[in-house]
This record gives sequence, structure tokens and C-alpha cells, in this order.
Amino acid sequence: MGIVRKALASRPIAALTSPHTIDHYLDQIHPMLAVKHVRARVVEVVHETGVASTVVLRPNGAWRGFKPGQHVEFGVEVDGKRRVRVFSVSSSARRKDGTFSVSVKAHPDGYVSQYLHHELSPRTLIHLSQADGDFVLPDVVPDDLLLLSGGSGITPVMSMLRTLSESGHTGRVTFLHYARSREDEMFSEELDALAASYEFVRIVRVYTREPEADAELAGRFDLVHLKHLEVDPTSTLSYVCGPAGLIASVRDTYDELGAAEQLHTEYFKVPTVDLDAEDATGTLTFDDSGIDAANSGATILEQAEAAGLTPEFGCRMGVCNTCALKKNHGAVRHVITGEVSASTDETVKICVHVPVGDVNVAL
Amino acid sequence: MSHLRKRNAPIEPLSASNHNAAPAPLVGEDTTKRATIGLDLMTYEQLEDFGNELDAVRQRVLDDLGQTDADYIRRVIKVQRVFDVLGRVGIFFPFFLPVFIAGIVCLAVAKILENMEIGHNVMHGQYDWMNDPVVDGKKYEWDNVAPAQDWKHGHNYIHHTYTNIHGMDRDIGYNMFRIDEAQPWYPSHRVNLPLAFLLMLFFEWGVMYHGIELDEYLGGRMSKSEFKARKKRAWQKVRRQVVKDYVAFPVLAIPLIPFTAWWVPLAVLGGNVAANIIRNIWTFIIIFCGHFPAEVETFTEDEAQNETRGQWYLRQLLGSANITGSRPFHVMTGNLSYQVEHHLFPDIPARRYPEVAEDVHLLVEKYGLTYNTGRLSKQIGSVVRQLAVLGRKPSDPYKVGNSPESKALRREKREAEKAAREAMANA
Ligand SMILES: Cc1cc2nc3c(=O)[nH]c(=O)nc-3n(C[C@H](O)[C@H](O)[C@H](O)COP(=O)(O)OP(=O)(O)OC[C@H]3O[C@@H](n4cnc5c(N)ncnc54)[C@H](O)[C@@H]3O)c2cc1C
Ligand code: FES
Repeated sequence: MGIVRKALASRPIAALTSPHTIDHYLDQIHPMLAVKHVRARVVEVVHETGVASTVVLRPNGAWRGFKPGQHVEFGVEVDGKRRVRVFSVSSSARRKDGTFSVSVKAHPDGYVSQYLHHELSPRTLIHLSQADGDFVLPDVVPDDLLLLSGGSGITPVMSMLRTLSESGHTGRVTFLHYARSREDEMFSEELDALAASYEFVRIVRVYTREPEADAELAGRFDLVHLKHLEVDPTSTLSYVCGPAGLIASVRDTYDELGAAEQLHTEYFKVPTVDLDAEDATGTLTFDDSGIDAANSGATILEQAEAAGLTPEFGCRMGVCNTCALKKNHGAVRHVITGEVSASTDETVKICVHVPVGDVNVAL
Repeated sequence: MSHLRKRNAPIEPLSASNHNAAPAPLVGEDTTKRATIGLDLMTYEQLEDFGNELDAVRQRVLDDLGQTDADYIRRVIKVQRVFDVLGRVGIFFPFFLPVFIAGIVCLAVAKILENMEIGHNVMHGQYDWMNDPVVDGKKYEWDNVAPAQDWKHGHNYIHHTYTNIHGMDRDIGYNMFRIDEAQPWYPSHRVNLPLAFLLMLFFEWGVMYHGIELDEYLGGRMSKSEFKARKKRAWQKVRRQVVKDYVAFPVLAIPLIPFTAWWVPLAVLGGNVAANIIRNIWTFIIIFCGHFPAEVETFTEDEAQNETRGQWYLRQLLGSANITGSRPFHVMTGNLSYQVEHHLFPDIPARRYPEVAEDVHLLVEKYGLTYNTGRLSKQIGSVVRQLAVLGRKPSDPYKVGNSPESKALRREKREAEKAAREAMANA
């Protein structure tokens, strides 16, 4: 942080701008001037495959950088509404031009991922968080490393691989990636190039649906694959990211070998929405308290109270906004109007909304 | 957080088929008794239709919210910040009177916009759908000595839910004035008018004091810890506001002394006082004109018990009054000049009130209701008259709060409540 930033973020300035912050004023001059809020401009959107894109971002001075493997909250405004999703950084931490990127696979009914792939244009303002997450390499990277991924789960390990290569890491790195087909794979050419130029890495891709003729390995993940690559789970620091099924079978394998502490995992958790749920089905998750409850069909407020929580409330009729809180994902129905809303990240009044299928709220 | 998720909550399985029953806000002990609000004007069926039609209006607006609404509130915020900065700079030139006065006016306009069109409306959650932390009703703190949290409780919840119900809406006369026939008269009401004038000048302090809810605490309806927390929040907010307006900015003017005069920091302080008072006067007038003109109706708890959504809507309509005026005037009132629409739909962006007013007018006509509106001068006149007339001692002893007759009545009620509480505790 520069000296000017520090000064602007200081307490005397806060006393002058109270109850607002200096960012509320700087925003009016230029949104990238904000001293606390991380913002970025889209530099370009690169289509990786038919359904995936890389978004290159130039963050403002509030950005404190990232460790390979970490993710950011990515907020983009569409039609006046900010949509926030979490994406892993996919670029190298050694990049010198002040940019970084995220790579996103468009989900068939996904709002933000579709928008990024089809409509996002350069210069769009993005609202970010600082990078977060402990799916990261240790400060001293051991001599043996496994980076394992499936589908769009390649993004955080790609960032690791790129960083290791650029920093001249000389330990052995095994990069094993599962994709449906080569068309479906992000970064194909770059992986080919790295396989040729970075002598300490062994890059193997398994195309599960359309295997290549001379493929080394085939099919879904199996211990045999690791054996073939001469990776010993008990002595290899391992990172896995991808579909829940892949992570589960890797975890089982490591557990069986007593190598659980070598394994680091990252879930992408794309939520599911069941709009057709007629009756009270699904699970209501109170995310902050770590409580799961079978949806009873009552309002979220009533269900929270039944679960022993004490959310704030006032009118209990949707007037006062006291009970409003963030619904992380899932669909909810307004008890008065019957309106269903399914956006991943929106504020709802829990006294007048019932869950439709699985719902996750920040309570 | 998946590692935390171990407990399974005990929840009774219910059928999801009655999703559409709205929770009743005013549930009485006897749930078979129906609320009588509006029965002199419509039938229960009509009241229900009336409610449904208003629900539809609300939904139509919600479905239509988008970029223009976001752009609007951001434009207001931009204008507000510009006035704020201009005002702050202007009051640093007390040795150049036109600039100084323009500074005070700009600062007052900034504070009015911030409190009304931005603060009040954002804190109602009108812009929560934007997902922007800057206009998030939960996070917003306004430029006023009353802390947002307690103001929201008293205003959004108590006042907007129990609007104009005696004994429930603490905003009827703010525990200070007699503004409605049905309020008991006390000797202090003789000074209704001068007291109102004083409150007008220091309105933000009144709002802050009102939010502490001393009366609720003394009446045994609020716990000591809650009361203490309220006092603490108020004190913290007061300190921040006072430091900013009356210490920090004047101190910032001290370096000007060698080049100008010793009294410049004092003038800066005076400029801040003046801007705050202008804002106080304005907000006081708009708010008093929203509920206290003569034709506005009030209700008893009894009438409102077990009311339906339609009746709730009707109570909002009968309990509020609009002020007519130009577009800039409406913006300066935070569109609270559309008090009726605001009370019907407190959570839709206020810039939509003129638009929904047309629908409300149609419904008012259709059901033969009344719609209270008038020029600012007319509404002010009405409020002043109310304060003056109702400040005089009524001849009916039951309308006099400290008459032996009223005291006996209250004692009875208190004892009944106590008995009920004891019965509850024993059960
Ligand atoms: C730590 C972490 C890191 C991540 N990193 C990445 C990454 O690097 N790259 C990446 O691509 N993703 C990543 N994700 C996933 C990402 O955050 C999003 O969940 C994903 O992109 C989907 O967002 P969306 O807006 O497209 O879908 P949403 O609009 O959020 O919808 C989610 C799902 O709900 C369903 N749905 C939504 N609305 C409806 C509706 N009206 N009707 C029926 N179904 C509906 C869709 O099936 C959709 O798949 C990560 C997630 C986490 C938790
Ligand atoms: S409790 Fe008042 S809106 Fe939900």
C-alpha cells in the first residue's frame, strides 16, 4: 500500500468522513481509487473452449496479491444487481504486469458463468474480495508434488503449475488432469508446451469420454494411475480439485493408504436448484451455524427458530426488513405473492420466504 | 464450513401446501375474533381483494427493478457527495460571506439528501436487491446522531408494522405531544406548540432519544441489558457525529488562523450547527406532515387484532398523508411526500412511488376510500392546528390522563396484565 493510500485509510480521515468511509467519496471520483475495496477492470476475456473462458483482470491498489491455489469473490453487476461468485485464480503468481486471471466454465443454467463466457466485455468493473483459502503450496515446496484435477477444477492447480514453472522449481511435479475430451479441456496448448519445456514436470491428461489412441492412462481415477506415474501417496504432497466424485475417490484412496495428511482438497460446490419441488423437500442449511435441517415447508425464520437459532426479526410479515439476510444459494418462494427466486446470492426476508428444495442461508 | 455440519436440527415435518398463508402480525389471544378495521368502508371480501390488488402492484414493481433504479440511487449519492464536499469547503470561507452561506446551504442539502432519499430509504432495504454493500439496509449508517440499528427497530418495525395503533406505535406524538383526540391529555400538553418548535430545531437529538426507548425500559417492557446496549450505541454514535461536525472540521480550520482571523474555526463550527439545524427543521416538517394532519386516522389495539393483509394495507392508507409538490421537492423529502405509498410499500425504491400512486388512486376510487393529500402549507397548517387545539385541556375527564377516572382505568388494566403474566409464569 502506498503512503497516500495509508494516509487515506487512517483514523483521522475516517473521523472526517464518518459515518461513511473515504471510499464512499473516492468512488465518486473513480471507482479504482478505492483504498479498502478491491476492484478490478476486465482486461480481456479469452475463450478457452466452447464453454469456458479466462477473464484477465487488472486490480486496483487495494489488492494484496494471492497465493497460487487461492480463490476470490468475483462480483459483476448485471442490470443493476451485483452477482457474486467464487473463482480460483488460474494465473501465475509471478506475473509482472499487474494482472491476474480466473478461468470459468459456463454451467448450462448458471447465470454468472454464462454471462462471463458470452457477454462480459473488456473494461467492465469487477468487485473483488482479497484472495482467500488454504488450498495453497507450503512456503518450501517439497521435492515430490502431485497436482490432480478434474474438469474446471484445473484452475487452482494450473496457477500452482504456472508459478512453479516460472520460479524455476526443480523438484519433481506430477500433473494429472481428467477431462471429458480434449475439446472440453482448458489450457490444452499451454499444457503441451509446458510438458515440453518444463523438464521437472510430468503432465498427463486422461480424456474419460473420448480417450486418445496413444493415451498412457484411461478411465476414471484409480490408484493404478498413480502407480503408473510412480507417485507414492504416502510420501507425496498432493492437491486435488474437481467434481465431488473425483475428490471422494481420491480421498478414499489416500485414507486406505494412511496418507490422508498428504492430501489437500478444494471443492467448487456448484449449487443445485430444484424449482419443481412441489412439497417441502430438500435440506435447509444454516451456513454460519453449521446446521442442516430437513426442509419442513415453514418459513426460513420459523425453521431457524425450530433449529434453536435466534435470528433477528420484527414484524414477521415482510414489512420491516429486520430479518433480511443473505441467501447463499437455492430457490425460495414468497409466502404472500408465491414468487420464486433462485439467484445464488441475494438478500431475502426470511419471515416471508419458504425454501423450495435445497437452500443455504448465511445464518 | 462442511466440517461443522454435524448436528441435524429437530424439525417437525409439515406439509408445504399452505405456503400461502401470510403470518399475521397482530395475533390476539382469541384467534377467532376478526379485526374490525375498515368494516365501515368495505366487507371482508373486498378487503381481501384490496390486499391482493396491492400485493400485485408491489410485485409488478419488484419484477421491474433494474439498471435504471440502480443508476438513480447512485446518481443521488453522487449529487449528495458533491454537495457535501462543496458545503464542507464553503464553510471554510467565513470571511467571505456569500461563499460561507452557500457552503451552509450545500451542507444542509447534503445532509437532507443523505438522511431522506438515501439513508431512510436504504435502511428500509429498498435497494437490498442490488447486492451492493454501499446501499445495503443492514450495513448502512446515516449522518444523524441516532444510531441506525435502534432507529430501524423503532421505525421499520414498530412504526411501520403497528402504524397509528395507540399504545403500539410509539411515533404517535413521540411521547411528547398530544396530536390525536384519542391520546390522553396531560398538563405538559399545554406547551404542545412551543415544545414542537424546540423539537423541530433539535430533531435529530429527539430521534436519538426516542430510539433509546427510556419509556419502554421504565415501563418494564425492556430488559436492563437491552437498555444499556441502546444507551451505549447512542453514545458511540453521538460521539462520532459530534467529533466530526463540532471538533474535527473546526480543528482543521485552525491552520487558517494566521492568514485570516482567530474566529474562523468557531465560524466553521457555527456553519455545521446551522446546516444540522436546517436539516432538522426540514425533516421534522416532512415527518410531522406525514402522519399528524387532522384527517389522518388512528386505531385501537382491539380493532387491529388478527387483522388481515388487506386491513393492514387499509390502515396504512388511512394512517398517512401525502404532500404535493414538484419533482425536486419530492426528492428532498426522500419521496416521503408520498407517505401513503411509502407506508403501503416500504421496501420498494422510493423513486417508484409516483408511479404506484396512480395505481393506488385507482384502487382508492374503486373502493370509495379517501386519500389524504395536500400542499405543504395546508398540511403544516393542519398539524399546527392539531397541536394547538389538542394542547388545551379537554372537558371529558376520561380524556385527561391524570384525572382520577383515568387513573382508576389504568390501574384496572395494569392489574389485569399482571394477573395474565403471573398466570403465564405459573403455567
Ligand atoms: C472455492 C470455490 C472455487 C471455485 N472456483 C471456480 C473456478 O475456478 N472456475 C469455475 O468455473 N467455477 C468455480 N467455482 C464455482 C463457481 O463459484 C460457481 O458456482 C459456478 O461458476 C456457477 O455459477 P453460475 O452463476 O454460473 O451459476 P448459478 O446461477 O449460481 O447457478 C448454480 C446452479 O444452479 C442451477 N440454477 C440456477 N438458477 C436456476 C434456475 N432458475 N433454474 C434451474 N436451475 C438453476 C444451475 O444448474 C446452476 O448450475 C468455485 C466455487 C468455489 C466454492
Ligand atoms: S421480520 Fe419484518 S420483514 Fe421479516
